Amino acid sequence: MKIRHPHIYLAVLAVWPLLTGCNKSAPESSADSSTIKVGEFASLTGSEATFGQSSHKGTQLAMDDLNAAGGVLGKKIDLIYEDNQSQAGQSATVVRKLISSDGVVAVLGEVASSRSLEAAPICQQSGIPMISPASTNPKVTQVGDYIFRVCFIDPFQGTVMANFVRKTLKLNSVAVLSDVKSDYSLGLAKFFKQGFTGADGKIIAEENYSGGDKDFSAQLTAIKAANPDGIFVPGYYTEVGLIVLQAKQLGINCPIFGGDGWESSSLVPIGGAALEGDYFSTHYSPQDTSPAVQNFVKEFTAKYGETPDAMAALGYDSAMLLADAIKRAGATDGAKVRDALAATRNFPGVTGNITMDANRDASKPAVILTITNGAFKYVETIAP
Amino acid sequence: MTEFLQQLINGLALGSILALIALGYTMVYGILRFINFAHGDVFMLGAFAGFYLAPKITRVLPLPSVAGGIAVLAVSMAICAALGVVIERFAYRPLRKQPKLTMLITAIGVSLFLENAGQFVFGAAPKRFPEILPSFPIATLGGLSFNSNQIVVIAVTGLLLIALRFIVLKTRMGRAMRAVSFNPEAAALMGVNTDVVISFTFALGSALAAAAGVLFAINYPSIDPLMGILPGLKAFVAAVLGGIGNLPGAALGGIIIGVTETLVSGYISSTYRDAIAFGILILILLVKPSGLLGKKEIEKV
Amino acid sequence: MNFRHAKTILLGALALSFIGLFFGSQISSYPLFVSYNIGISIIMAVSLNLINGYTGQFSLGHAGFMAVGAYTSAVITNHFGELNLFTANAVFAIALLAGGLAAALTGLLVGIPTLRLRGDYLAIVTLGFGEIIRVILQNMDAVGGARGLSVNHAWTNLFWTFGLAAVTIYVIASLVNSTYGRGFIAVRDDEIAAEAMGINTTKYKVTAFIIGAFFAGIAGRLYAHSTLYLTPNGFGFMLSITFVVMVILGGMGNTVGVIIAAILLTLLNEGLRAMADIEHLPGFTVERPLSWLQDAHMIIYSLLLIVLMLTRPQGLFTLRKRNN
Repeated sequence: MKIRHPHIYLAVLAVWPLLTGCNKSAPESSADSSTIKVGEFASLTGSEATFGQSSHKGTQLAMDDLNAAGGVLGKKIDLIYEDNQSQAGQSATVVRKLISSDGVVAVLGEVASSRSLEAAPICQQSGIPMISPASTNPKVTQVGDYIFRVCFIDPFQGTVMANFVRKTLKLNSVAVLSDVKSDYSLGLAKFFKQGFTGADGKIIAEENYSGGDKDFSAQLTAIKAANPDGIFVPGYYTEVGLIVLQAKQLGINCPIFGGDGWESSSLVPIGGAALEGDYFSTHYSPQDTSPAVQNFVKEFTAKYGETPDAMAALGYDSAMLLADAIKRAGATDGAKVRDALAATRNFPGVTGNITMDANRDASKPAVILTITNGAFKYVETIAP
Repeated sequence: MTEFLQQLINGLALGSILALIALGYTMVYGILRFINFAHGDVFMLGAFAGFYLAPKITRVLPLPSVAGGIAVLAVSMAICAALGVVIERFAYRPLRKQPKLTMLITAIGVSLFLENAGQFVFGAAPKRFPEILPSFPIATLGGLSFNSNQIVVIAVTGLLLIALRFIVLKTRMGRAMRAVSFNPEAAALMGVNTDVVISFTFALGSALAAAAGVLFAINYPSIDPLMGILPGLKAFVAAVLGGIGNLPGAALGGIIIGVTETLVSGYISSTYRDAIAFGILILILLVKPSGLLGKKEIEKV
Repeated sequence: MNFRHAKTILLGALALSFIGLFFGSQISSYPLFVSYNIGISIIMAVSLNLINGYTGQFSLGHAGFMAVGAYTSAVITNHFGELNLFTANAVFAIALLAGGLAAALTGLLVGIPTLRLRGDYLAIVTLGFGEIIRVILQNMDAVGGARGLSVNHAWTNLFWTFGLAAVTIYVIASLVNSTYGRGFIAVRDDEIAAEAMGINTTKYKVTAFIIGAFFAGIAGRLYAHSTLYLTPNGFGFMLSITFVVMVILGGMGNTVGVIIAAILLTLLNEGLRAMADIEHLPGFTVERPLSWLQDAHMIIYSLLLIVLMLTRPQGLFTLRKRNN
């Protein structure tokens, strides 16, 4: 192979680092513009699109509400949002873009813990506060003191379900079926097991599947042979619907329960009647009669034509909390907003009163829902 | 014992679907010596065809019902047969004289295109496949319980296999197919229109894949545009296992993989389930590359 | 290629990239991150080109080698806390070698069973290996499994990216142009004839895998220390395909073409994203009217593949037509 004109390559090689390296210029700082730029990254497309779209709608509604009321600190909020297509590696790119090219003062996102973990180190090292609406893996806020979340974490959620199953449903031996491809599922399973065995329960079978699988008959048959009182399935609604369906087909009639990954309007269409009488924990219920929730539900339904789910409510809360923190800080400076966020006490969110604990996780109650007549029904609230 | 029988039935149902897809792979390979990477995605399109067809069919036939279910199955098969012919005509036929690698790359391109266009057009989130066949649980003595849908899968697969065997052994077109797969040049010299035979083969294979897709969706009513990737790969392994180019081998391979996967997953560990098919593939290629029922092919210089 | 020039180019490139050392890693910079991705893509594409293009072994599992390199180097560097510039780079260099060697070992393990396979079978088996690697990583709790692995040090910078890209290009280009390297091309063109001529095709095929995997491992290590978070799912079949598209677009066996393709496709991705972000376009009332473009990039890739094979199978940037 002849390399003709080697000098061209030398020239190209010379220009490249200078071009990119010299782009050190700070992005147009928000201080002198007339809007406050807030970034959001979510899985608007791809396999987890329903989660991203939900949380985005909630966030957008919050921004619209805030701007209609005059904005924050006298300026309108400009929401700049990016799609990570539910793929690994994309969040890292878009968050960098939001911070360095768009010059956002804070970042909202994401629902999935793995994608939050991708973005968190960047926000932390850039001094940009990040609020995750719904990531429940404890590792997310451990990245650094600029990372916050408005939801509870898996250790809490796992324990809530464990106690509910053990003490309220009074089940003795339970099987666990988790998604080996999902950090969320494995984490929640771990904490559930700890809580359940700690309350003198027995885990008599443990099986795995891979997110994306459609056939669970092998695992379910093995579980059936162990004859459990109940099955814990801490997975996403995409598989849970099928799992519950196949369990009933195989003659498994014990109750099945899970976590907030069940929360989706698509769960019941897939699982159908097989879901009757099953339980899951989540962040809020649209049936909550408090005026704050009802107002939110009414507004959301009017704007989008659908009832908001937990992701939407959390998206709303994350945006509202950010605005509140900016107001309290009196500035958009990263460090000041961060301090204001950390000092949050009893912020009235749609998903409950939010208080930031020492780890920047929200200390708030969980809600248990059941499925009755094809709809989610509120059962009880469990405080931390 | 009950558990074992239960797992066996689970595996058989799964294996039947793999067998149907594997048949398409093996037929195309027999004729063209080429692996149609996009075959798994035809399976997916069959399921989606059924999904969009079902509401239209209700205008003529009630759903769920036996007649309605058969109608959805048949029309989906027809649509995908046509699709298979179109793909062959425009993406593969122009490349027949090129090195095999070019066709392989094109097949990968077609596969990716179908998957991503599917995500774009249908949306990536899973959809609920409607009930097109009346289903009822069958619980027998001894604690075995399965659903009529699983029996339907096994039965329909059996019927399709018999039909296929009839076509291949007893019809003129079938004879032409066998001739072309044995020696394309000689067949052409004998007056066989190879282009028509190849199109027919693709149509047949695609129809079978579509049937597999609809049957799969009946049993696992959640469909999404990427659902064909893993079954497609496993069916390919099944075809290789049985001896690529060999029809009964493909069916046998499908059943074996379905049952093995289910048994290993149920008794040993469900964690490595996806890797099992690949493990079998590597094993077979190392030990007996011509497959269980295949003949050794000598590469002529 | 004029060898005298080649060495000069390499040294020149390394010297220039040294400047990059002073820009640090500026973790949040978007253009810098894109540059890293370009460099990583170049290394991956060129190393894949050795296996696919020059030796004709159609491998679909290249992302697996990248994963091995990424995880190995991350595990090593995570052991260390804050370090000064010199020590940091020294450790980074060790991690580099470790990552590359681990990947090379994996390349050996993949290369050997695939010796007897051709074309389609080879492709599927390599795909299988890529998936097996992913499944193994997913189940390895020591590296976080599905929970992922956080990388503590953002040590990738322009110097390393740029310098390593130059080294990769130099090594592989010189290799295939040497007398030894002719063997790779012989294996691709006609394996049976090559054997008949006394060329040890086994040795060449396995060597191609080992070297290709080594550089993929290096790219992995760069990726790990810029993206800072690794998950097994991020190294799947789709990622392998991205690099395969680059190799095919550039022309299999055409190093320069592959480099250009790698740069173009990486930039295309970001370009589509930028277009998708456009808030308002005259004539459209919807916000972000071009947002669908971002999702379309895989569709564009796949159509590119098909159209390319139908019209110009030798790649966009090859000047000679391949003989059949």
